[in-house]
Amino acid sequence: MNAFLVVKDLRYSYPDGREALTGINLEIGEGERVAILGPNGAGKTTLAHHLTGIRRAEVGTIEVDGIELEDSSLAAIRRKVGLVFQNPDDQLFMPTVEQDVGFGPANIGVKADELPALVASSLGMVGASGLERRVPHHLSGGERRRIALATVLAMSPEILVLDEPTSGLDPGGRRELIEVLRGLQISQVVITHDLPFALELCPRSVIMDNGQVVADGPTSTILSDPDLLRRHRLEMPYKVS
Amino acid sequence: MGAGHRHALYVHEHSPVHRIAPEAKVLALFLFVVAVAITPREAIWAFAIYAVIEIVVMRVSRVPVQFVVSRLVAVLPFVIFALFLPLVGQGKDADFLGIAISTEGVWAMWNILAKAVLGGVASILLAATTETPDILKGFSRLKVPGVITAIASFMIRYLEVIAGELARMRIAMTARGYDPRWLWQSRPIAASAGTLFIRSYERGERIYEAMLSRGYTGDMPMLGGDTATRRQWTVAMTIPAIALVVALTALVTV
Repeated sequence: MNAFLVVKDLRYSYPDGREALTGINLEIGEGERVAILGPNGAGKTTLAHHLTGIRRAEVGTIEVDGIELEDSSLAAIRRKVGLVFQNPDDQLFMPTVEQDVGFGPANIGVKADELPALVASSLGMVGASGLERRVPHHLSGGERRRIALATVLAMSPEILVLDEPTSGLDPGGRRELIEVLRGLQISQVVITHDLPFALELCPRSVIMDNGQVVADGPTSTILSDPDLLRRHRLEMPYKVS
Repeated sequence: MGAGHRHALYVHEHSPVHRIAPEAKVLALFLFVVAVAITPREAIWAFAIYAVIEIVVMRVSRVPVQFVVSRLVAVLPFVIFALFLPLVGQGKDADFLGIAISTEGVWAMWNILAKAVLGGVASILLAATTETPDILKGFSRLKVPGVITAIASFMIRYLEVIAGELARMRIAMTARGYDPRWLWQSRPIAASAGTLFIRSYERGERIYEAMLSRGYTGDMPMLGGDTATRRQWTVAMTIPAIALVVALTALVTV
C-alpha cells in the first residue's frame, strides 16, 4: 500500500513548556482506516491539529500525498486533509446549515451558483438531506455531528481526520455515523476512546501515550491484549452475552 | 421550524412581503425610518400617513397585530422617558388636570412617542418577515463591511451556546448549595462571569482553527440565495418613496 500520510519524528511542546508530542512516527496508506487510541492527554488531538497545520511542530515533518507541510503548501494540505472537530459547536459557526456547509467550498473558489447542489450532495452523503435552512443550535447532537462531517466532506478531502466522533452520541446516532463512515472511500484517521467502534470500523489501530506511538497493528490483535490495554488506561467494555 | 421551535421575532408565513429579497426590505426600512425621523413633529397628518402605510404592510404580510404590539415593549424605555417631558419641560405654560405642564414638553413627548413607535413597528415588520440569516445577507449585499456582518452572524450563532453555558454553570452552583441572597454572596457570580469570558475566548480560538482548516483566508464568502429582482426593488421602494414625499412636503409646509 502506498503511504498517503507520513509523519516523521514529530515533536511539539505547548506554550507553557509541557511536552505534547515527543517524536511521532506514523504512516497511513491510501484508503486505509486507522484508529488512534490512547488515554486522555496522550496528544491525540494535538496530533490531529498538526495534520492540518493548525499547530506547527518545532521538529519533524508531515507529508500528505507527497507534499510536505510548510507555509507555502498549507492551503493545498488543508484541501487534502479534512478535520472534524471534537465539538460540533466549534465546527458549525455559520447562521444556517446551508451556509456552513458552503463555507469551505466557497473559500476554495467554488462558484455561488454551484454551491446549492454541492451542499445538497454533501448533506445527502451524511443522511441529512433537507436540513439546509435549519439553524445549527436547534439540531440534535447526532444531526450536528453528521453536519460537521458534511462541512468537511463538501471540500472533497482525500483523508479524513475525526476527533472522537462518537462522544456524546446515543447508540442510534453512533450506528448512523458508522454507516456513513463505512460508505466513504477515502483514508480515515479516527481518534476515539470507543474501542468497539474502532474494532468495527478500522482494520488497523495505533495506541498513543505520552506523545508517542506505543503500539501499532491490526485492531483485533491490539484489542485482544488486555495487558497492553491496561498499561495505557484502555479497556474493552464488559461483555454482555 | 421543526422540533417545535419558535422564533422570537419571525412569523412563518408566505406573504408577498416575506418573498421580497432581504436587501430591498432592509434598504426600504432604513429610508422609511429616515423619512419618519426628519418629519417635523408639528405635521401630525404626516405621522398619520406613516401609520397607515405600516398598517397596510402589516395586513399584507399577515403578521398578527398582537405579535407586533407585544414586541413593542422594546421601545418602552423611550416611552417612559417621553412621558416625563411635559412635567419637566421649560416654562410651565399650560394646565392638565390641575398639574402645570409645558407645551414645549408635550411636543417633545409626542415627537419621541410617534417616532419611536413608528420606527419600532417598521423594524418589527422587517424581522417578522425576514429570517435573521437573510437580514445579514441583505446587509452584505448592500455592501455593509464584511467584518460587521461577520461579527453579527457569530453573535447570533453563539448567543444561545453561551447562554446555555451560563445556565449550566448556574445549575452547577445551585446543585452545590449556592443560593445567593445578599450582595456579599455575589463573589461566585463575578467569578463565573470571568470563567464564561475565558471559555468564550477559548471557544473563539477553536472556531477560528475550524475556519482555518476549511480554507478561511480573511474574507467571509458570499453565499447564494435569490437577489432582489427589479420588480421587488420597485415594490419595496414604493414605501419609503411615499414616506419621503410626505416628509419633504411636511418640511416645506410647516
